[in-house]
Amino acid sequence: MGKYVLRRFVNYFILAFIATVTAYITSSAFMDPAARYRGQNPPLSESSIKSILDGHGTNPDVPILERTWTWLTKIFLHGDFSTTVHNNPVFQEIMTRASVSLKLLLIGSILGAILGVVLGVWGAVKQYKASDQTVTYASYLIIATPTFVIGVILMIIATGFNRLIGTSLIRFSGEYTADIPPGFFPWFTDQLSHMLLPTLALVLMGAATYSRYQRSVMLDVLASDFIRTARSKGRTRKTALVKHGVRVALIPMSTYFAYAFGTLVAGSAMLEVVFSWHGMGEFTINSILQSDINAAAGSVLFIAVLTLISSTLSEVLYAALDPRVRI
Amino acid sequence: MATEIPISTTADTDVVTPRSKPTSRLTLIWRRLRSTPRFWVGGIMLGFFVLFAVFGNTINIYSPTDQDIYALNEAPNAQHWFGTNTIGQDIYAQTVAGLQKSLLIGIIAGPSASLLAAIIGSTAGYFGGRIEVVIVWFINLLLVLPAFFILVLLAPMLRQLSWMAIVVFLALFGWMIMAQVVRNQTKAIKDRDFVKAARYMGVSTPRILSRHIIPNVASILIVDATLGVVSAILTETSLSYFNLGIQKPDVSIGTLLAEGSGAAVTRPWLFVFPAGVLVLMLFAISLMADALRDAIDPTSGANRD
Repeated sequence: MGKYVLRRFVNYFILAFIATVTAYITSSAFMDPAARYRGQNPPLSESSIKSILDGHGTNPDVPILERTWTWLTKIFLHGDFSTTVHNNPVFQEIMTRASVSLKLLLIGSILGAILGVVLGVWGAVKQYKASDQTVTYASYLIIATPTFVIGVILMIIATGFNRLIGTSLIRFSGEYTADIPPGFFPWFTDQLSHMLLPTLALVLMGAATYSRYQRSVMLDVLASDFIRTARSKGRTRKTALVKHGVRVALIPMSTYFAYAFGTLVAGSAMLEVVFSWHGMGEFTINSILQSDINAAAGSVLFIAVLTLISSTLSEVLYAALDPRVRI
Repeated sequence: MATEIPISTTADTDVVTPRSKPTSRLTLIWRRLRSTPRFWVGGIMLGFFVLFAVFGNTINIYSPTDQDIYALNEAPNAQHWFGTNTIGQDIYAQTVAGLQKSLLIGIIAGPSASLLAAIIGSTAGYFGGRIEVVIVWFINLLLVLPAFFILVLLAPMLRQLSWMAIVVFLALFGWMIMAQVVRNQTKAIKDRDFVKAARYMGVSTPRILSRHIIPNVASILIVDATLGVVSAILTETSLSYFNLGIQKPDVSIGTLLAEGSGAAVTRPWLFVFPAGVLVLMLFAISLMADALRDAIDPTSGANRD
């Protein structure tokens, strides 16, 4: 088991490395970091722009491969991921922002997956009943809605709700309130009131897509022979479904979780921007808008590491669930 | 009935009893589709939106670029059916124009991505060996390197080109997962007798792929192409929301939503109409794709008994 997981992990590690280097090279090829300084008033001289860029290691006069090599050696020898255009170390910036994003991403994707699995199984058991139809139509409606539209709609509803009860119970701007009284309880309620809407949006997104897949996999399982065998040897309908059905239906889903995770990362990045959270999503989009090569490569590294962890986890889950896989 | 032995009652009649033809696959699929309510709900809605996109502006006196300076920021009324924005542009006219562009983007990009998936996936599965390893690595790389990131990165460059460039890129980054599915399917059928027979008869490899392999995975490809329309439109909308997709003077639903989302609470018509039209249209396409999948897939729960 350990050896297998390690081998898969190394495989994904190499992928993450190549993805990050590719991101660095493509960003260097397509971005013009000097443009940001040329428009400044008072105008900077060409040589001072060049020296600023040299400081970031993004001087376009140096060949791209040479820059990439310098960038890589700095990472591997000193653990230094270079600096952003605002002169902050990229690594430090990612560390502060990562917790913001992970909070949303982890809670949202886990709750979304659980809700999706439950709804999918339920829909399959109640196939073509009114409840199944409702869930199906609702999830297609959510899948058809762009992420930021879900965010804006939730904001509109929350505004109405706040107006109705006369106090801003649900907050949807920023990640925390600046002036809350000290102590755990005020902090906790403040977190809840800020997290509610973005998490809800992410959960809806995840649950909608997962439930569709879970439903169709579960339908296949329900029609297979071993469910009939379980029933005929005297298991009740409920335990046959849960112990034999759901367990088997989760196997193909574990692969799908890893694939769908990328969509959730992109979705949560958009939600961060909509709800003005200062997380990795905002960092990624800003890095590109500001032609910040080091920051862009850093954000791809962050996403690649997340993908690496989720892919490895999904393979472990697959191996743990599938009785045919013995590793 | 077809196997019933014909009993000749009169010796001199030469009439051949018409043998009932075996039900063709297309007839079967159509019969299943016909009895699915989802197909009809989706189909009628989609038909309405296509008509709306094509002919919507012929019954409107304003064009998307007109500015009615006597009606700035107006709520929906008899003159401006969906209201106007800050510079007096008619939201109805803009929504129709945006819908045209979004629909066009989806219809071109979605199926193109499926075509790419079919070619690359079947090539990887059929040849196996080193070619397969390289393709699978490339697919995994593209899955780790977020497509949205590359699209955003290339956006400033795409901005100078026409909107068609965005369509090309949406297709170029939308094929990976489907290619994996096609590859697995190809591996499952490439050793079947009909493929072997074709190979031993000297049929060329591209012809085997296009005549024997791809038709066998066509059903999932059709569903994928339909869903690809949805995901291409969604991606374009998100790109345009961050001002990275379609650029002025072109409008798409995404650019309209980007302008309208800030005023979603105070002047809801700027946001609600384009968003509603987009969501309902994509909803219709998804419902049709779902019905299509149920009808095509012989193993799906609906067709089992």
